[in-house]
Amino acid sequence: MKREKKKNFRELLLQGNEAIVEGALRAGCRFFAGYPITPATEISEQLSTRLPKIGGTFIQMEDEIGSIAAVIGASLAGAKSMTATSGPGFSLMQENLGFAIMAEVPCVIVNAMRGGPSTGLPTSPSQSDVMQARWGTHGDHPIIALCPSTVRECYDITIKAFNLSEKFRNPVIILVDEVVAHMREKITFYDDEEIDIFNRVKPSMPPEWYIPYEDTPSGIPPMANFGEGYRYHVTGLTHDIRGFPTSRPDEIDPFIRRLFRKISQHFSEIQFGEFFETDDADISIIAYGCVARSAKRAAIDARARGVKVGVLKLNTLWPFMRTAVEKVLNTSKIVIVPEMNMGQISREVKRVNKGPTKIFTINKVDGTIITPEEILARIKEVG
Amino acid sequence: MAEVTKLIHKYLRHDKKFPHVWCPGCGIGIMLGALIRAIDKCGFTKDEIVLVSGIGCTGRLPVYVDFNTLHTTHGRALAFATGVKLANPKLKVIVVMGDGDAVAIGGNHFIHAARRNIDLTAIILNNSIYGMTGGQYSPTTPYGMKTTTSSFFHIEQAFNISELAVTAGAPFVGRGTVYHARLLDSLMEKAFLKKGFAVVEVISHCHTQFGKLNKMGTAVEMMEWQRDHAVTVEKAAQMKEEELKDKFRIGILIDKELPVYLDEYEKIRTGSSGSGDRRP
Repeated sequence: MKREKKKNFRELLLQGNEAIVEGALRAGCRFFAGYPITPATEISEQLSTRLPKIGGTFIQMEDEIGSIAAVIGASLAGAKSMTATSGPGFSLMQENLGFAIMAEVPCVIVNAMRGGPSTGLPTSPSQSDVMQARWGTHGDHPIIALCPSTVRECYDITIKAFNLSEKFRNPVIILVDEVVAHMREKITFYDDEEIDIFNRVKPSMPPEWYIPYEDTPSGIPPMANFGEGYRYHVTGLTHDIRGFPTSRPDEIDPFIRRLFRKISQHFSEIQFGEFFETDDADISIIAYGCVARSAKRAAIDARARGVKVGVLKLNTLWPFMRTAVEKVLNTSKIVIVPEMNMGQISREVKRVNKGPTKIFTINKVDGTIITPEEILARIKEVG
Repeated sequence: MAEVTKLIHKYLRHDKKFPHVWCPGCGIGIMLGALIRAIDKCGFTKDEIVLVSGIGCTGRLPVYVDFNTLHTTHGRALAFATGVKLANPKLKVIVVMGDGDAVAIGGNHFIHAARRNIDLTAIILNNSIYGMTGGQYSPTTPYGMKTTTSSFFHIEQAFNISELAVTAGAPFVGRGTVYHARLLDSLMEKAFLKKGFAVVEVISHCHTQFGKLNKMGTAVEMMEWQRDHAVTVEKAAQMKEEELKDKFRIGILIDKELPVYLDEYEKIRTGSSGSGDRRP
């Protein structure tokens, strides 16, 4: 009799986009609406076959505006929901992204970043939507944006994105660049992996006591799904604690401040990244996405040549990881920020730099990745 | 208690700050009355109704009534409603829009919702103008009329919303006016009970903007205009094309059976349910 060796793990060769699909399903995503766009289409294709098998729903909408609208609607009806797009589609989603922030509807938006502006470079990587993720929708608002740099991180960060959106009742954007979205890497899933899944907090009081937008110590009111007996009003208009439109200054101000506070008083739960040999580094590189991989390689190679280089990899782009960045600004003489844009995160690094640390950038906008050699050359140049 | 008062107490929100935003004499109130009477007659519970709207005078309607209410962005109500319905098919999802909301900024969502045939009811109040922003021309402003953005005369042709819905594939399309209130009640009732995408176009008046700019008189006079220009579908069938030139048809314009989206999707779900999902 043949004995089968029972494995307690599975190894798969997955694309970043595929790992996002796995992460979404693991997190409990049951609704996806999207519109075809390179380089995010694999996410739609896979979810169109996976979701119906587990009682979920996939729909291809008529455009990205409709996609995010359907995602918000589905979330209000109780389903963990997601959409995936790239630059042009992300631009179209901005208005309804603001709606989700205003009405505090959890949802996840994947933006596989390609070169822009406009139609730009559909199959080439870029990191140029970082500021759009922060300020793309009109009005003053808080946002959460996460950025993976490996296939495994695509999986973990997608789960985290769902958890954060459910917890903070705010949309969470995953900014993945085309390199990571399309790159294949081995990913290992262990059977006994402990993964935390957070589901939105529902009201525990009877419907007549429920005040849908009432402030709480955490700043996050419990959320009732449509059809569960808690009939309330959801609007993109500035509203009072009952959800009804208001133009009273004494109601507007605490509401907007609460939206910010619910994120700002929980930075430690939202912000994460990796310090790679930064403690003794003379030169630190602050990088994210595919560039963080090149930065790590460059740091290892530089150390082999006797130059103390470290890397701070940012996985949370928004809210900006000020504390982590300040830490390397305090310990390094030089900070280099390589980015595949004209300088979006480097502006933030410069903004928080209050000391004598010199900040240099590498800005590449030709649709190709920043290589370890290019970072090494910059280290040599400024070091 | 009079019948009308009973329904007011049953369905209007008691904790909402009134008065409402609509001008005295507006047709939206008549449409809201018909909507509530039809919902009550169909026997839906308040918890199972989701009332979705976009932006504009009509977009303000859901806030006053005691259902699950969703006041979305301009033109996108049907897309939001699509998500609500697909995520929880047990909900009865009703969408109210104005003409600008439904067929200008939301025109693409409207034709695709009609084509897709998801079980939603779309109620469109057509008053031929953007009222809330002060009387600009809309896609249903007739040729030659005056608005604040066509102060000489309007040079574009108008959309016929109901015919657009029929052409786009909606299995149920009805048209009424706020003058013919009883017809409106029955159209809405039929639309709510229809399985699939159902459209009710409600011809109304904006005496504050459209009526004033085009010297059409008071709300009452504009409703008399509706009475004089509406012809029932049955009567129109007996009339010559020439007689129908400045008239519009009211009643049920189409009522046919088509495969409904969620029934079809369920086939996909059950057809593939055997394999399960074993991935992490």
